[in-house]
Amino acid sequence: MARSATALGRWPAGDTAVRSTRWRGLLRNWSVSVGGGLVVVLAVVGLLTPVLTVRSPTALHPGEELRPPTVDFPFGTDELGRDVASRVLNGARTSLFAAVSSVSLAAATGVPLGVAIGLAGGLVDLLAMRAFDILFAFPAILLAIAIVAALGPSLRNLVLTITLLTMPQFAVMARGVTLAARPMDYVQAAVALGASMRRIAFTHVLPNVVPPLIVTATLNLSIVILVEAGLSFLGLGTQPPAPTLGGMISRGRQYMTIAPWLVVFPGLAIMVAVLGFNLLGDGLREVLDPKLRQGGGR
Amino acid sequence: MRAYVVKRLLLLVPTLLGISMVSFAIIHLIPGDLVTVLLGITASQNEQNREAIIQALHLDRPLAVQYLHWLGAVLRGNLGRSLVHGAPVAQEIARAYPVTVQLTVMSMVTATLLGIPLGVFSVTGRGRGLEAVIRVGSLLFISAPAFFLGTVLIVLGARYAPGITTLGYVSFFAAPWRSIGQMLPAALALGAAISAILLRYTRASMLEVLSADYVRTARAKGLAERRVALRHALANALIPVIAASGIQFVALIGGAVIVEEVFALPGIGRLVVNAIYQRDYTVIQGAILFLTANAVLINLVIDLLYRYVDPRISYG
Repeated sequence: MARSATALGRWPAGDTAVRSTRWRGLLRNWSVSVGGGLVVVLAVVGLLTPVLTVRSPTALHPGEELRPPTVDFPFGTDELGRDVASRVLNGARTSLFAAVSSVSLAAATGVPLGVAIGLAGGLVDLLAMRAFDILFAFPAILLAIAIVAALGPSLRNLVLTITLLTMPQFAVMARGVTLAARPMDYVQAAVALGASMRRIAFTHVLPNVVPPLIVTATLNLSIVILVEAGLSFLGLGTQPPAPTLGGMISRGRQYMTIAPWLVVFPGLAIMVAVLGFNLLGDGLREVLDPKLRQGGGR
Repeated sequence: MRAYVVKRLLLLVPTLLGISMVSFAIIHLIPGDLVTVLLGITASQNEQNREAIIQALHLDRPLAVQYLHWLGAVLRGNLGRSLVHGAPVAQEIARAYPVTVQLTVMSMVTATLLGIPLGVFSVTGRGRGLEAVIRVGSLLFISAPAFFLGTVLIVLGARYAPGITTLGYVSFFAAPWRSIGQMLPAALALGAAISAILLRYTRASMLEVLSADYVRTARAKGLAERRVALRHALANALIPVIAASGIQFVALIGGAVIVEEVFALPGIGRLVVNAIYQRDYTVIQGAILFLTANAVLINLVIDLLYRYVDPRISYG
């Protein structure tokens, strides 16, 4: 990921002509329309979960244990008689909330840090990049497991940990864009006119970050959803009785031969979310990064 | 080339030091008084044990001194003792390591055997329907978490092939074929996403190479299309795929942690997961240090191999 983020470093200046062809390209791109559609559905379902679910995800229904999907319980019930549909929707909502908040926090801290590192250059740049390389060397899920285990499992600690692990990717991306922008005439002109570092960072460098930022954020959302699912599978996310998709699969495993719906629906929910963000991110990269077009990205 | 190898080996030192610092720091993230927390885990609340823990981890000294003591021990192969049962962590890791090695190697082989041929076929294959199936299938595999695929495989196995054991581990050295057969579902679950990623890399790389001049020349001199695709195009298309597989290896080691738990394989991943449930922090610390150092070394070896195979790469 580090490498691809740096590869996204140079972007064409966005004049209006380029921008309008980009927009037309966006809608014609298969990945963007399908992925975007899935993401819109997820967002709507996530926002409307309290309206869409009749029953509480933690309410027990005695006598209704391990019921297969019916009109009454569209995804069936679990071993305690809880409504699986309500649990899947609420679990997906938590998962999306964790993913969106940690990726936003990571972008909000990583981008300014990366721009600052790129503008500072020299020893600061060297040391920061080495530090990021060390973080990238860890298999992400392993480091996340260790940190959450030490801090104590909770949704807040999970979001903080994922933020910490995702932030360097945004910093590396923003640094790459900054380094590419520095020698540009318009930046040099601003320097010659005596603009402050802050003004250069905000008005001349930051606008270049926007297209790769959108791509990095979207692709990271799919990775973060998988990491969150893995951690909650191990019991390191939101604590029971609140539902998590990973936790439902973990618990459902023992009943899977007699009640496959306990595992299949949360599994499909994870897949839909990851697929949506993956397709959208891939498509956006194809449309926004002209260098990929000749290569035939897929 | 030699200068490049030396440079990479020298860069390894700060990287490994950094990894050791992060691994060391993890135990100090625990909120509250560390000695009290650790005592609670060992389940023996007396003053003698309190002293023993402080002595063993040098907790009465400054953090930097604690780190140097710990690092010195690690360099001598001593990763400390388990807080729960007192066994040396290095010994536990050594016992679990062969299982993890077998799982990751089998997953990588499975991923390569599935991903590369299907990637080639998705370009050269005639039927558009089949090509679409391969592409949609690869997208689904990338999106499915390994623990979900693994669970589905276990249940399908139990329902349709009750004679086959998919859980647990048989030593490779005791019964090689049974060992491989029993681990195959786990390797498939772990390798599925990577095979899909390799498929996409192979496909992109093949599409690019097939429009190269030397491929046009090979066709112009009348070689069979099959020979052009396999001998002229694939040989060159594989180079970036090898580079990609090196990066995937790190992800594979992370993924093994959860897949070992799903398939009850007694590897390092399961060691970590059990240590989390028992809050055995010295085991977590030792395992993460060992696995990450492992990943860094494997990555380096693959990187050097890749540069050896393709002399066009610059040694910058």
